[in-house]
Amino acid sequence: MSLIGARVLRKEDPNLITGRGQFVDDITPAGTVVMAFVMSTEPHSRIVNIHSADALALPGVLAVWTAADIAELSTLGLPGLGRPLLATDVVRFVGEPVAVVVAETKYIAADAAQLVIVDYESMPAAPSITTALADGAPVLHSVLGGNTVFDQPFVDDLAADFAAAPHTASLHLVNNRCAAVPIEPNACLADWGPSGLTLWATFQAPHHLRNTVAAYFGIPQDTTRVITPDVGGGFGAKINFVPEYFLACALSRKLARPVKYTQTRSECQVLMYHGRAQEQDVDVAYDDDARLLALRVRVTQDQGAYPDPTGMGLPVLTTAMAAGCYKIPKVAISWRNVVTNTTPVAAYRGAGRPEASYLIERIVDLVADQSGIDPVEVRRRNFIPTDEFPYATHSPLAVYDSGNFAGAMTELLTLFDYDALKAEQARRRNTRDEKLIGIGFSSWLEIAAFGPPGSLEGFGHLGSWESVQIRVQPDGSAIIYTGASPHGQGTVTTFAQIAAGELGIPFDKISVRHGDTATVPQGIGTMGSRATAVGGEGVRTASVRVVERAKVIAAHILEADPADIVLEGDGFAVNGTPSHSVPWSEVAWKSFRPLEIPTDSEPGSLDITVFQQVPNFSFPSGAYCCTVEIDRGTGEIEITGMYLVDDCGTVINPLLAEGQVHGGVAQGIAQALYEGISYDENGLPQNSTLMDYLIPAATELPSYTDGRVNTPTPNNGLGAKGIGESGSVGAPPAVVNAVVDALSHLGVQHLDMPITPLAVWNVLEEAK
Amino acid sequence: MSTVSVSVTVNGELRTHEVEPRVLLVHYLRDVLRLTGTHVGCDTSNCGACTVILDGAAVKSCTVLAVQARGGEITTIEGLAAPGEPFSAVQQGFHQEHGLQCGFCTPGMIMACTALLGENPDPTEHEIRHALEGNLCRCTGYQMIVNSVRWAAEHPDGIVPESSDAASSAPSTQGAGS
Repeated sequence: MSLIGARVLRKEDPNLITGRGQFVDDITPAGTVVMAFVMSTEPHSRIVNIHSADALALPGVLAVWTAADIAELSTLGLPGLGRPLLATDVVRFVGEPVAVVVAETKYIAADAAQLVIVDYESMPAAPSITTALADGAPVLHSVLGGNTVFDQPFVDDLAADFAAAPHTASLHLVNNRCAAVPIEPNACLADWGPSGLTLWATFQAPHHLRNTVAAYFGIPQDTTRVITPDVGGGFGAKINFVPEYFLACALSRKLARPVKYTQTRSECQVLMYHGRAQEQDVDVAYDDDARLLALRVRVTQDQGAYPDPTGMGLPVLTTAMAAGCYKIPKVAISWRNVVTNTTPVAAYRGAGRPEASYLIERIVDLVADQSGIDPVEVRRRNFIPTDEFPYATHSPLAVYDSGNFAGAMTELLTLFDYDALKAEQARRRNTRDEKLIGIGFSSWLEIAAFGPPGSLEGFGHLGSWESVQIRVQPDGSAIIYTGASPHGQGTVTTFAQIAAGELGIPFDKISVRHGDTATVPQGIGTMGSRATAVGGEGVRTASVRVVERAKVIAAHILEADPADIVLEGDGFAVNGTPSHSVPWSEVAWKSFRPLEIPTDSEPGSLDITVFQQVPNFSFPSGAYCCTVEIDRGTGEIEITGMYLVDDCGTVINPLLAEGQVHGGVAQGIAQALYEGISYDENGLPQNSTLMDYLIPAATELPSYTDGRVNTPTPNNGLGAKGIGESGSVGAPPAVVNAVVDALSHLGVQHLDMPITPLAVWNVLEEAK
Repeated sequence: MSTVSVSVTVNGELRTHEVEPRVLLVHYLRDVLRLTGTHVGCDTSNCGACTVILDGAAVKSCTVLAVQARGGEITTIEGLAAPGEPFSAVQQGFHQEHGLQCGFCTPGMIMACTALLGENPDPTEHEIRHALEGNLCRCTGYQMIVNSVRWAAEHPDGIVPESSDAASSAPSTQGAGS
């Protein structure tokens, strides 16, 4: 019985709701010692001296290392611009580890780190894109000459098209720097013994880490084991190769003790790579009917102090997806990457696509504002028609697989009374002090299911497939091993759902194992909304092959032709003769007994490994609407409605799909209204604790109204597109469009994120 | 460093240890008693992942010294379900309503919800959201946590009505590949 589309409760839950989950910090092998960092308090300084004698003298301290102690260990990241494991001669951002301490307990390690004194010689800092690109700016990496790492110019900047256009609109947008803030900060535990290295890490791609660590130390992969146990959220920020993993391994090798590192939140805020941090110059040309004629996008990506390969890819994805779900005859893109004296920037939920949906959805609203045509109507006039898929965009990366943008908008407008709300908005504007109403739309589109061959190799992955192994057990239950490495997505449940239908084995008799390179046959990992669309498809493929082989055994038992065997009830039957059947348990048992299977068959044949590939990306899309009320006295913004129509193709489990959307939307609302890592002009981070970085609580977020349209992707047999990042892509423009709409009668055309009550209050005061 | 003797009743069992006076209750629970279900998600008492019930009230165990808990009665996530019962009503509510994803905030969230229902057995959505403002979740967006608490309020014995046991009932095929 197919469980695709069923609201199945999660297999993951029982351990996690009883305190029996196992996260990295919960694991403490005998002899474990604790590692802590001495972190730079300076944004850009020369290291003159490091005084570590007092720390070393503290009872219980085993080691204090500085860069001088690990000169043989190579840098991470881009060749020539690599990040040393410990700052070497120069620190380039506040928080950069300068020394590492190992002690018997976390309290002693913290004491010892406090005792290490670093003498700095300050240099001017460039903590923003503006300061890094200014004339005479301090240079972070002398090899660059300046602070631009890469600059992709326009092939044709469409100057003639814009000059000839009836109308144009332009925006300069700042996509605010965000911290991922998984509730579990980074943690790792390295145990390098005589038989090899085991590294437990809170990470999204265990094999990727295993391969990288083995190569880094020049040790064989077979004795290098990475385990990602329960992982307390990732959101893209746990796929980066940060120094702590490699230092913990090196220290464990040196000290012959398991070495554990558990980050505090304050450390996490400056060490875990940030996301977004992008500026965009966007221009569109349009005709008298608000039909888009041309789009020009120039992206400047803040890379932080050390460019990360994923960070370098962010503007590639943003510019590839810049046209959104609109048919625009001419699109010109250009981008550059800039280093600054800040925490490095890499993937954060959506990774380049929230930035794309934001720019196109903001400027479409500006076209609506300038032309006086309703924003829904402007979108409708420019949607790519449903009969034009596959749709080739300006980017070779983005050939849209399927979609129904107009249908999603139609569905969205059934979820609330748009006309009534517009009338109420108009009425309130004419009152003196009633709250202002804003209505914001977002017809968003993203690129998911990473991916097709070549899509991840550029980021250092072994491949872009995902592995799935199905092993039928002698009792007829099955274990699925996968290289997908979930951290909250519910993959253990959804993969079992997919397999149950294809295998004819009950959901309750299917286990899914992941997160251990010693047991999973290779793997890539969970990021880029790929687990279901690639790994889940692998489950389907492997299941089909298992059933093919099982039918041979069933046919032997039933003395029938394998071509006549069908899945039936709790096992197999001869087609058309359901009573002539054999249960799965008997087929499974006999599959291991050479005397009971066909003479040309091998025992143990019901064990299939698949390296699933997909031919193209998928393109989840949707239509969101956010409604807000704004207090004219305080500028306070209240979200009164969040209407969410998603199209992720086939839904495996609607409960889990809604959970993914809600979580992504929460992070999108947070980016729009609450969050933003900021640095002062000297490069000091202003919100490196949760006291001053506002990740929203239940009181800051609304209830959500869910809707759905369904255009299956042709790129896999499931039709599933991926849904992990949708909400974070779709929500920010809807929220910002709503606030701008609420204030549009005052002449407001744009406000940068996060839109605070103060920013709104300033607008209201100026209008008085 | 000198130590002091701490005796506390944890999940019904009297425990006595010598600990440094500076040791936080959460570290005593995790590192000394090895009750690792209680988590640490921040260092400023914002996230609530470390919430336990101390003498009937939800407290953030990262903000309490172990010595301050002397003589107290503590319930952690490991001690929440009645003996012989798999889940408490709140635990079952989180399972039924998908109130967790990664599960890291979940123990603290469940303890805070348990304390809430102890004080207010039938809270409104508004009351639930305000009661949970000291517990941060980064995965769910909170709506399903609110639903989980409502489920527990409506099923105070934690027993799942047979018809709503989705995993073993006939699945809906809504949304499937159509």
